[in-house]
Amino acid sequence: MCLAVPVKVVEIGEGDAATVDLGGVRKQISLALVEDVAVGDYVILHVGYALTKLDPAEAERTLALFAEAGVLP
Amino acid sequence: MRYIDEFRDGELARAIAAQIGRELRADRRYHFMEFCGGHTHAISRYGITDLLPPAIRLIHGPGCPVCVLPIGRVDLAIELALEHKVWLATYGDCLRVPASEGLSLLKAKARGAKIAMIYSAADALELARRHPGEQVVFFAIGFETTTPPTALVIRQAAAEGLTNFSVVCNHVLTPSAITSILESPEVRSLGTVPLDGFIGPAHVSTVIGSAPYEHFAREYAKPVVIAGFEPLDVMQAILMLVRQVNDGRAEVENEFTRAVTRDGNGKAQALVSEVFELRRSFEWRGLGDVPYSALAIRESYAAFDAERKFALETRKVADNKACECGAILRGVKHPRDCRIFGTVCTPENPIGSCMVSSEGACAAHYSYGRFREIAVKAAA
Amino acid sequence: MTAMDDSRGKAGKSGYVRPLDFKHGRVDMTHGGGGRAMKQLIEQLFATAFDNEHLAAGNDMARVRLPPGRVVIATDSHVITPLFFPGGDIGCLSVHGTVNDVAMAGAVPVYLAAAFILEEGFALAELKRIVESMARAAREANVAIVTGDTKVVERGKGDGVFITTTGVGVVDERIDIGGARARPGDAILLSGHIGDHGMTIMSTRESLAFGADLRSDTAALHGLVAAMLEPVRAAMLADPARGIHALRDPTRGGLATLLNEIAGQGGVGMLIDEASIPVRPQVEAACEFLGLDPLYVANEGKLVAFVAAEDAAAVLAAMRAHPLGADAAMIGTVTDDPHHFVQMATRFGGRRVVDWLTGEQLPRIC
Repeated sequence: MCLAVPVKVVEIGEGDAATVDLGGVRKQISLALVEDVAVGDYVILHVGYALTKLDPAEAERTLALFAEAGVLP
Repeated sequence: MRYIDEFRDGELARAIAAQIGRELRADRRYHFMEFCGGHTHAISRYGITDLLPPAIRLIHGPGCPVCVLPIGRVDLAIELALEHKVWLATYGDCLRVPASEGLSLLKAKARGAKIAMIYSAADALELARRHPGEQVVFFAIGFETTTPPTALVIRQAAAEGLTNFSVVCNHVLTPSAITSILESPEVRSLGTVPLDGFIGPAHVSTVIGSAPYEHFAREYAKPVVIAGFEPLDVMQAILMLVRQVNDGRAEVENEFTRAVTRDGNGKAQALVSEVFELRRSFEWRGLGDVPYSALAIRESYAAFDAERKFALETRKVADNKACECGAILRGVKHPRDCRIFGTVCTPENPIGSCMVSSEGACAAHYSYGRFREIAVKAAA
Repeated sequence: MTAMDDSRGKAGKSGYVRPLDFKHGRVDMTHGGGGRAMKQLIEQLFATAFDNEHLAAGNDMARVRLPPGRVVIATDSHVITPLFFPGGDIGCLSVHGTVNDVAMAGAVPVYLAAAFILEEGFALAELKRIVESMARAAREANVAIVTGDTKVVERGKGDGVFITTTGVGVVDERIDIGGARARPGDAILLSGHIGDHGMTIMSTRESLAFGADLRSDTAALHGLVAAMLEPVRAAMLADPARGIHALRDPTRGGLATLLNEIAGQGGVGMLIDEASIPVRPQVEAACEFLGLDPLYVANEGKLVAFVAAEDAAAVLAAMRAHPLGADAAMIGTVTDDPHHFVQMATRFGGRRVVDWLTGEQLPRIC
């Protein structure tokens, strides 16, 4: 369950408000459930709230893992 | 779209599928339960089953909060709207769930009920602010992913001293659902449902972390691989599960490392504990009463608990006798085993919960999988 | 001497009638009452904007002549909210919608009738904007709005304005374009990007606020249809198996609904290729946000053609040469399938069925 999307934080507003961008579409969301988010960070968005930050290094690592398939014996 | 498109690459998918094929043991089949409704949807939408070798069998589990919501609870929402005449704020997913007396929230709306479809818990709070003279009730559903936002708005309502906002809390817990599957006779003793491992939910795990699943791996000797939401995540997780089974391991592995850590989101967890507490028991549609599986609003926030405020009593409502949702949710039966699947029970006229939500096993099979069982030939 | 009495008096002299206040005025119950106020509204607003001899004649009907051919008639009601949105408004939408329905028979639309249900209290300034937009759309589409009706309902009983348009056009007697004519082997051609209109509307609704440069694609398609018929008309007249078999525009319920409708009508199946369906990145992203599928999102300026295989290339080229078909693509083929399934080869490499929409597509949390 739980439709959630990775989005990029493009603006931090007052309180917990922030603006995020996904493919050129922007939305106002809340950062109340996360900490230390900066402009340029990616977060996982669910029902208008960021649930966690996305770790770009881990994302790259995962993609590299995918690419291993086919290379292994 | 960044972090989405790369995880939907068809070529990589075929490479991973080929790798899975190479690592399969010839002498066995592999049965994995994908617990999360979002995974059910991804598997259907991307046709992942087509890419997997037939020795891999995916079973849909009860990870769909709409599917496991008892009719009696939807009746509460309808009662609040039609009899207590409140503004009833609900996520879109609940609108069409058939409840008692041929009603649904959508049908109640047609009868004049003030039903507001919302996208976010914050919208429900905003509704209360905008209608200070009227009672607003938020019908909250969802697993651990959707619970923290509800906790937030309850706390906010308290801070603002709102007297016209309350919540019907139907939040349920993932580990309890998994336990009830693993404890079911078909899995535990009878072995009629062979279960070799779990594809763990993606976004629930961002909140609760991977730690809670370690219990299952240990106690029941079943591997768990937490998988991201995108089709490549699911395929990679299947590969990791195959490897665990082949190696005889039963561990918790995390494929969704870009968003899931062992401890999860502490801030969200603390917030949830502050506002909610465990219910001793809660009825899950299709699974019966499951102990310590759901949340209720704490005494300290009682003013925002609609069940107390409106003295609501949940009635137990039995499912249609022909409905096999219970067995399907436990992975014991397949939608095609249900007598009324596709005939009486269709997405247009859903009899049971598995057909209502697009994540439900029956709806998914009806929309995406049914055609595979019927021969189709293309014209010359 | 009374100023308002213009029904009698000296030859040529009429009394003063205060013009409608389009800046601050509002619709009231007299505007639908059949009396002077209504006559004034019709004359000063509708007849002025739509500007043709039929309306000027002042009858409750229009006597028209149609070019030779088979008469095609279609009607559409428009209840959209919001009334104004990026790319259009309820006015031009009501013209385009009916013009397009007529055009889907391969016909040239000629006349429209327009009925308005106005809500008491609706701002005349907004009504004027809408009517002028209709007038513009009709002029550009080369159709005349020749007759109409106006009613007013009490405040609270209408969403500002509801518009119903009925259109009349003509098509060559020998041309037979309709859903039931889709045949196995036909090419399925889509005129451009899907989902623009529906997601634009979603984005203007309150609790789903996006800031994005999405615009409705609302447009009159009969010019595109004419361009598509041109290279195959002769062949079609000689042999009904040739050329364009069916045309439809994917409005409510989107492309998926259209394909299922035609599959049912024609008694056929379909196989489409997801990768070939054009979707704008903003529409994809907006759908991701809400858990919606672009295949089911409404369009107001697109069409799908089912074309005999041997003529597909020519028709596609004609589409691409037209401004409204610049991004046209072949998205699949019609198959022989007794179960009428619409199957799709996903971008991912698997296959799935694209089924009928159940109820309305709603944003979901799951």
